[in-house]
Amino acid sequence: MPDYSWPPMDKRQVMGKRLNRLDGVAKASGKAKYSSDLNPNGLIYGALLTCPHAHCTIKSIDINEAKAVPGVTSIRVINGAGKEMQWRGAEIASVAATSESAANDALRKIKVEYDILPHLVKEADLSKVGPRARPSGEQVTGDPDKGFSEAAAVSEGIYGIPVITHCCLESHGQVVRWSGDQIDYWPSTQNVSAIGGDLAKALQVPVPNVSVDMQYMGGGFGSKFPADLWGVEAAQLSKESGGKPVKMFLDRATELSIAGNRPSVFGKVKVGAKADGTIVSWQSETWGSGGMTGGGLNADLFPYVFRGIPNRKVNHTAVSLNLGSARAWRAPNHPQQAYITFSALEDLAAKLRMDPIDFFRKNMDAVRKDFQPTYQRQIAKGMELIDWKKNWHQRGDSGSGQWRRGLGIGFGTWGGLGHDSKCRTTINPDGTVEVEIGSQDIGTASRTMIAMVVAETTGVDYTKVRVKLGDSHYPTSGASGGSTTTGGVSVSSRKSAVNALDKLFERVAPLLNATPDQLEARDNTIRVKGDPSRSMSWAAACQKLGIEKITEMGENVGRNAAKEGLITQGVAGVQMADVSVDIETGIVKMNKLVIVQDCGLVVNPKTAESQAYGAGIMTICAALMEERITDQTLGRVLNADMEFYKLASINDIGEIVVHMDIHPDMDKRGIIGLGEPVAIGGLAAIGNATANAIGVRVPSLPLTPNRVLAALNGKGGLA
Amino acid sequence: MEQFGYASPKTVKEALALLGSDWNDAALLAGGTDLISMMKEYLATPKTVVNLKGIKKLHGITEHGTEVRIGATTTLDDLVSNATIRSQFPSLIQAAMGVTSPQIRNMGTVGGDLCQRPRCWYFRGGMGLLGVKDGKSLILDGENRYHAIFGGGPAYFVSASSFGPALVALDAKILIATPTTTRTVKASEFFVSPKDGNTREIALAPNEIVTEIEIPRGTTNATYEVRHKEGLDWPLATASVALKMSGKTINSASVVLGHVAPTPWNAEAAAQMLAGKTINESVAEAAGAAAVKGATPLSQNDYKVQLTKVAVKRALLTAAGLLT
Amino acid sequence: MSSTKDRTPRGPSSPPEPPETESVKSNFSRRGFLQGAGAGATVLSTAALLTEQEAAAAPPPVTGPGAVEISLNINGSEMKANVEPRETLLDTLRNHLDLTAAKRVCDRGTCGACTVIIDGKVMYGCTVLAIDAVGRKIETLESLSAPGHKPHPIIQAFVNNDAQQCGYCTPGFVMASKGFLDRNANPTYEDVKKGLTGNLCRCGTYMGIRKAVLEAAQELKTGGNRA
Repeated sequence: MPDYSWPPMDKRQVMGKRLNRLDGVAKASGKAKYSSDLNPNGLIYGALLTCPHAHCTIKSIDINEAKAVPGVTSIRVINGAGKEMQWRGAEIASVAATSESAANDALRKIKVEYDILPHLVKEADLSKVGPRARPSGEQVTGDPDKGFSEAAAVSEGIYGIPVITHCCLESHGQVVRWSGDQIDYWPSTQNVSAIGGDLAKALQVPVPNVSVDMQYMGGGFGSKFPADLWGVEAAQLSKESGGKPVKMFLDRATELSIAGNRPSVFGKVKVGAKADGTIVSWQSETWGSGGMTGGGLNADLFPYVFRGIPNRKVNHTAVSLNLGSARAWRAPNHPQQAYITFSALEDLAAKLRMDPIDFFRKNMDAVRKDFQPTYQRQIAKGMELIDWKKNWHQRGDSGSGQWRRGLGIGFGTWGGLGHDSKCRTTINPDGTVEVEIGSQDIGTASRTMIAMVVAETTGVDYTKVRVKLGDSHYPTSGASGGSTTTGGVSVSSRKSAVNALDKLFERVAPLLNATPDQLEARDNTIRVKGDPSRSMSWAAACQKLGIEKITEMGENVGRNAAKEGLITQGVAGVQMADVSVDIETGIVKMNKLVIVQDCGLVVNPKTAESQAYGAGIMTICAALMEERITDQTLGRVLNADMEFYKLASINDIGEIVVHMDIHPDMDKRGIIGLGEPVAIGGLAAIGNATANAIGVRVPSLPLTPNRVLAALNGKGGLA
Repeated sequence: MEQFGYASPKTVKEALALLGSDWNDAALLAGGTDLISMMKEYLATPKTVVNLKGIKKLHGITEHGTEVRIGATTTLDDLVSNATIRSQFPSLIQAAMGVTSPQIRNMGTVGGDLCQRPRCWYFRGGMGLLGVKDGKSLILDGENRYHAIFGGGPAYFVSASSFGPALVALDAKILIATPTTTRTVKASEFFVSPKDGNTREIALAPNEIVTEIEIPRGTTNATYEVRHKEGLDWPLATASVALKMSGKTINSASVVLGHVAPTPWNAEAAAQMLAGKTINESVAEAAGAAAVKGATPLSQNDYKVQLTKVAVKRALLTAAGLLT
Repeated sequence: MSSTKDRTPRGPSSPPEPPETESVKSNFSRRGFLQGAGAGATVLSTAALLTEQEAAAAPPPVTGPGAVEISLNINGSEMKANVEPRETLLDTLRNHLDLTAAKRVCDRGTCGACTVIIDGKVMYGCTVLAIDAVGRKIETLESLSAPGHKPHPIIQAFVNNDAQQCGYCTPGFVMASKGFLDRNANPTYEDVKKGLTGNLCRCGTYMGIRKAVLEAAQELKTGGNRA
């Protein structure tokens, strides 16, 4: 059995270093070709006709006039007469034409008549959703009522987070060419290995007929796993247009309306504690929606992180709306549950006049045992970085000026176990090292991390390792979701590189008068451990292969991974926010967001920190400005654009301080995914900091001037 | 976008010759920051697009005794780079810098700012200027957090113009070339609150061109915008003040509110109470309170009343150099 | 050209005397014009304006609505494309000229992913008509890479500071940074924060971008020799 274990922390040559991403210049110079940048020969353009109503039946559809538009090569009816459409933006027809303008002109010539049906697109007021409510049922632990009767303080509050969307800057879509039996598919996806199968199934063609290639993709955040109807349609348009490649990407309004969202969660929470702060009882009724498919949420996870309290009563109601359906959104459900939990708990702490940090520490026994020391250490670090002792004050004791400053805290936890992954490493006689893997780099720097793992293993410079990914012909690797990629691809690439290196050792050991197990590879050299005088250069060693390259596989099997020790799961993180609120305008400004994150073995601290900065900024967007706004009369999203669907600019985020909890105790656990856990605790931290600053809770995010001023006037609500 | 023909005339006369009596005959293109989006949404479907940037005399800032004139195609960036404007019309500089995108400041023009269409999401969503469906206002029943708190309908959108409030406060005039002559409109009369969905929100005919803006000198002036974001974002409320001073005493004042009504909104009560006063925190606060008397907020936007008060207060304090 | 019929043509014989004459005589101060127009603008003499007026006698040509061949000055080269007047500069770059560094994201002049530099100023390519860019100097991100040269200091600074994740906003940010640094050679941290507010990133790379622009400013001052 080869030794796949990571070199000890202090012996690593490459992993753990702050290295630049390998494709950084390609991306920053514009040379990187995203799928949406591809212009293969003969390219034509696809466009979708989408439903203008929230709920309707299609009475008739007439494409004759559209067919006559010059340049049109194909028109397809996706949903014809008699079909019930459940949301605005749902696909009705598709067109391919020789120019984008012609395709759009043709769309406008398609005549559709509709029978309008009743719709619902709002869920904040549960009393108005009627039969659209689907309660999951009450779950009770202990005796909550008895718990409340024994509590010294009980806090009751309402809290809410509206729907937000992914708003991937590269929209959803693809270039695809269906010519003869062969389908060449260039999607924007988080799922290179499996999306071809998804498309093949929908088109009823054999899986091997679909070749997927995607070198760069412009953001997914959980919304880009399936081939989607637009992929299927684009392929059909290509076939019907004589095998010409079709480019079809959703326009921004459609992307924001139908390509996924993060479900809303609203809730009424009652929570009680003893005089010393010990939480004794929790009761929550929550509801929310992720569109037509409702908005499932495991209510049993309340109160988030502090789940071990003795008495709980929880219930969650999913509301079905006539809007596009939810998709995974960075740490699905966790940010919402964290926001509601830590807002309610902070309100209770404020009622007890306790520093929330003392309060949370007091209740640490309710936290999963193995996380307790981690959280304790992180709290201490966070307090230092945000100067909590100096800057925290009792809720509302923030002076008398226009600007009121406050601090807040939130927690997060996530799994992050590496997914199933296979990888092939080849050592060529000329010394080059190739790594082939059916994975994708969605912005996390997977390419770079794989190269670093292989460089660590083989002693070859990481910039010289040729990482080939984004192609379905390479060994199968999992989709990039749930912070599973870094763990998965690190193990498979490590194993395949070790296996390949062992083969090389077998070839060259005799030349060094050694046995293979006595050799090591470092600094472009193969040498005998403990006797550097017996060595040969990497190039010379590879030359001994003659004409025969070495190709070896490596595999990560998720369910076995933990016992192998290379990767693991389960991380904790603490975030703290420092805000200033202009109480005259209700504008909340970020001063600082502190992110302290446990993350096991960190492959590249530079790119890992980028994940944390990014999640922090996404958190600030959702906390301060980002929300999907719908109109009930029209049954549509009103802000399906980037003007009123507000995202923070470079000047809206204050300072962000990231502390990766890198040290031997964490490192020895192995690699753990990082993207999701850093996206969880900040919402509550910012909401709590705002409450601390202004003396009252703003119940619902985002913390816009209307909501903050309403709360200051005692009129805070869930809208 | 629908198809259109394109012309780039060299003179105003040539440009006028391309216009028609209907808005759909031709659209004037300056910076394009509004028109191009309107055309992409099929909300503007002109047969001809007439580029004004080739008309050199529409561009630039000129001084004439007691007045300064700004050509209609002068960009926001040209404006903020101009020494005269910087020294005498800080209210215009502040309004321009409120457009926090360098790209928009480089593209967008002063004339385009005045003529841009409202950003009301019902209008932009194809529901007409008044946002009506089946005879009922979508705005009153719907999502009106960004809508008007003055005017009382039937228009509830807010004027999108960044310079409008400042120009009204400064008592500027808009110079317009018509097919037969030139005419001059006071800025305060240029903006119109339409009574029906077919009337434009500006006093300009489809066959006319805004050529210049003429602004009298001699005021102490300032604009304060309440914007949620530091990045590109529309103001939630704006106040622009122009004061005629004797030393530290206000002789006469003009206080004009923005983004709270279908037009820049003249807050006469605030102006009147400022006459004879010296600006300090409490005077400024009282002016803010006076400015919002008579406001009629909608179901979701009473917060804008508070923001307007604050905008007036801070504009006055800015004008007096008491707020930096 | 279907649109002229329903319009009254106004030739020189029509009674109106458009405002040129008056403006030329009394409303134009050359000093003021110069000041406003800034360096590089053409300054018209009175004679030139009179000529302009006379030129008005000729009816102005209308191009399109069908496709026409235009020539664009892009990165120092004249490039031809056959486009309809309704084609944006961004779509022309991407769809006709295979210059795909500038990205289409919001397509409504908000996010900055399509940022290009026109006549020295940053602009949104999605909101400029290609035909309107004829005769203007267009710089795209492609102009910052020369074969055989090191990466441009701004590009290298973005890489060094990991100022990118998915990278789709990055080309726009690099061009916005170039436009910013061209006008602010010695920026402070606050200047950088205020100077790049015309672009949006979704992955959240702003912290790296702030550092990258400061680093690039230093590099452009002290060396920046790209040989």
